[in-house]
Amino acid sequence: MSRPAHRRPEYHKINKDLFVLTYGALVAQLCKDYEKDEDVNKYLDKMGYGIGTRLVEDFLARSCVRRCHSYSEITDIIAQVAFKMYLGITPSVTCNNSSRTEFSLILDKNPLVEFVEELPAGRSSLSYCNLLCGIIRGALEMVHLAADVTFLQDRLKGDRVTEIGITFLRKLDEKKYRRKK
Amino acid sequence: MADAALFEFLHTEMVAELGAHHSDPGPGVSAGVWGEKVGSGGGQKMSLSVLEGMGFRVGQALGERLPQETLAFREELDILKFLCRDLWVAVFQKQMDSLRTNHQGTYVLQDNSFPLLIRMASGLQYLEEAPKFLAFTCGLLRGTLCILGIKSLVTASVASLPTCKFQVVIQKT
Repeated sequence: MSRPAHRRPEYHKINKDLFVLTYGALVAQLCKDYEKDEDVNKYLDKMGYGIGTRLVEDFLARSCVRRCHSYSEITDIIAQVAFKMYLGITPSVTCNNSSRTEFSLILDKNPLVEFVEELPAGRSSLSYCNLLCGIIRGALEMVHLAADVTFLQDRLKGDRVTEIGITFLRKLDEKKYRRKK
Repeated sequence: MADAALFEFLHTEMVAELGAHHSDPGPGVSAGVWGEKVGSGGGQKMSLSVLEGMGFRVGQALGERLPQETLAFREELDILKFLCRDLWVAVFQKQMDSLRTNHQGTYVLQDNSFPLLIRMASGLQYLEEAPKFLAFTCGLLRGTLCILGIKSLVTASVASLPTCKFQVVIQKT
């Protein structure tokens, strides 16, 4: 008995490729629309933010994560559950300050750049994967956490690793967020 | 499946952003992709053609990644059946619901619950918005057909969400 079509390995790859290829087409289109790298970066971040605010619901529905009690736990969940679920990778997490509000996700593999060997000519400041920063920021905001999310290192720019920095600011609407007893 | 969800979220955001972004053509009047005059009323057309163009490039890239045996199709109808079954399942996790043809180069592919329209309310409420959600996929079909050696024009229509029809007209060179 042959396997159902959608389970055949080559079609699974097409499904994964679809997102990566579409993302590449999007970046190419934005590069056409905007001359400056920082404008493309900003736009990618903005789109990511919009996606993140909706993705978080999807994530919470699929993952049944329990309530977190620290920024460290949250960052672990982003790396070990969310990244794994949506991109099939598990970045490693490091904490960058003693007050435990600044973290880094180190991406060893990055499926988004599977078909990208180098940045386009004249685009040396392009943060190709900036959508990811926006997604994380948007998702966190929906659970009442404000954070700065940005690429600290980028293999496409010649760095050794790709590193996303997450800096938790304050809880949004802190008064309203206090748990009701 | 989580991978599919990510594509759907990206697609929705692209429709929202590129649609708004490209609907202001700027000062003066310029020519659109098909030579049409793009003025204030043509903004909608410009954004649809941007989405369609992106879908086309992605369709080509997907076409290049198809298993070898798909390239051995002999008949046009086999290729269309392949799009309706295998490609649609690979991309949308379901088959096309019906395929009709006049055997003279026109095919109508119908999906009764098109995944990219599912999130919108069913029925007639968001009919006006629907074309924006179909442009990318029209391009995707056109791009894959291109790699399989077929030049085509692909358009889509929605009578009632989430059912939609893709019309493929083969262009004889």
